[in-house]
Amino acid sequence: MSEKEKPGSKSLPIGGILVKPGSSTEYKTGDWRAFRPCVDEKKCTGCLICWIYCPDSAISRKPPVVTINYEFCKGCGICSTECPVKAITMMEEGA
Amino acid sequence: MAKVTGMTGDHAIAYAAKQCDVDVIAAYPITPQTIIVERFSDYVANGEVKTEYVCVESEHSAMSACVGASTTGARVFTATSSQGLALMHEILYIASSLRCPIVMAVVNRALSAPINIHCDHSDMMGSRDCGWIQLYCENGQEAYDQTIQTFKIAEDPDILLPVTVNLDGFITSHCMEGINILPDEDVKTFLPPRKAVYKLDPTNPITIGALCFTDYYFEIKAQQEEAMTKVSAKVKEVAEEFGKITGRSYGLIETFGLEDAEVAIMCLGSTAGTARVVAEKLKKAGKPVGVIKVRLFRPFPSREIVEAVKGLKALTILDRVATSGAPSGPLCSDVKTALYAETEKPLITNVIYGLGGRDMSPLNLEKIFNDTLKTASVGKIDRPIGYLGVRE
Repeated sequence: MSEKEKPGSKSLPIGGILVKPGSSTEYKTGDWRAFRPCVDEKKCTGCLICWIYCPDSAISRKPPVVTINYEFCKGCGICSTECPVKAITMMEEGA
Repeated sequence: MAKVTGMTGDHAIAYAAKQCDVDVIAAYPITPQTIIVERFSDYVANGEVKTEYVCVESEHSAMSACVGASTTGARVFTATSSQGLALMHEILYIASSLRCPIVMAVVNRALSAPINIHCDHSDMMGSRDCGWIQLYCENGQEAYDQTIQTFKIAEDPDILLPVTVNLDGFITSHCMEGINILPDEDVKTFLPPRKAVYKLDPTNPITIGALCFTDYYFEIKAQQEEAMTKVSAKVKEVAEEFGKITGRSYGLIETFGLEDAEVAIMCLGSTAGTARVVAEKLKKAGKPVGVIKVRLFRPFPSREIVEAVKGLKALTILDRVATSGAPSGPLCSDVKTALYAETEKPLITNVIYGLGGRDMSPLNLEKIFNDTLKTASVGKIDRPIGYLGVRE
C-alpha cells in the first residue's frame, strides 16, 4: 500500500483499535526471512512432524507431502532440523 | 433538595464517585489520598454501591487494572498521590492512548527524596504530558463538583480521554468543609451510564493495544491531539449544564478583580483562595490587584489566559513545583508560550513556592502583590524567577 492509500487519523478507528478480528492474516510477515525452507517432495514421507513443530502454522498438509506458506514462514529452520528424513533444506534468500 | 454536609476533600471525592455509580475501582492506598479509597471501600462493604473493588499490590497494577476494566466499557475510578502516580507513569500513557476515559483523583504531594507527605504539584507536573486532561481544584466543593462533571467530559464520544482531578494534599484533602451534596437522583440524571464506543466483548471481538509501527503510530497520536482540542469546549458545556442544577459555575480559568487591576497573581489549586482574600483586602486599600486561577491545566487554556492578562502591567505566576534546570516553572513556561505572539503583554515574574507543603500565608501573598506592583511601577523585572522563603 502506498503512503497515500493508507488510512489517516480521521478514518482510522481510535486508539489503534482493530475493529475486525482475524486481521493478522493480512499482515504478511514472511519478508523477515533470511533462509527459505525447501521441501524435497521425493524425500518427504508426509509424516507431518514439521507441521506439528512449525511455530507459525506456516506449513500446510497437502497429502502426500507438505507445502510451506512463504507469506508467513520466517525461516526459523525448526522444520528442517526436525525432519527425520532430511527432506527440508534451508536455502539462503536471494542467493 | 441539596444538603450541606461536613466533609474533607477526600471524603467529598469518594462520595461523588459513589454517586457517579462507578463500575470498577482499582486502587492502592497512599497518603494523602488514602481516605478516598478507604471511604469507597466502606461503601462497597456496606453494600451501598455495586462497584467491583479491585485490591492490587501497587499503583502500577492499579492503573493497569483500570485500563483493562475501562476497555470493557466500564466506568472506572481510582485515586493516587506522589510516588503512586510516579509508579503509574508508564500506564498513564497507555490509558490515554487506548482512549480509556478513566477518572483519577490525584491528591498532590511532593515527590521523594527527602521523603515528604505534604503538598506540592511535583507529582502531577512530572506526568503532565501523559495525554490526560488535568484539572486543579481550589477546595473540597470544587473537588466534589469536578469529580461528577469529569466523568461526563471523559466519557463523551468526541473526547474519550482520561482525566485527573487534582487537589492539594492535606490543605484540601484533609480540611473539613461544608460541602453542598446533590441528591443521588440529580447525579443519575446528569450522568447516565457510560456508553462505550468500542469495548472488549466476546460476541463482537476486537483487538485493543496491538503493535503499531512507523506507518500508523503518528496518526494514532494525531487522533489524541484532535480529541484534546475539543476538550475546552466540552469542559465549558458540561460546567454550564452542571451550573443549571447546582447554581455553581466553573470556567477554564477563574478571575477575581481583574476589571480594574494593573497587576495580578496567577496560580493553581488552594492558593487561589488565599490570594483572593488578600487581593480583596488590598483592593479596599486602593491597590489595583487581581487573581487568575487556572482550573484546566491540560489542555492549556491559552486563549482564555491571553484575554485575561490583557491590560495588566505585571503578573506573578506561582508554581508549586521545582522543575530543576527548566527556564521557569511549568505554569509560567506555558503562559509565556501562550503570550509569545502578543505584542502587548505584562512583565512576568515566576515564584516557586510551597515545596513539600510549606505554607503559603496571606502575608507571603501580600508581599508578592506588593513586589508585583513595584515591578509594574518601575517597568522592569527585578528577578525573573525566585524561591519564596527558602533559608540560605
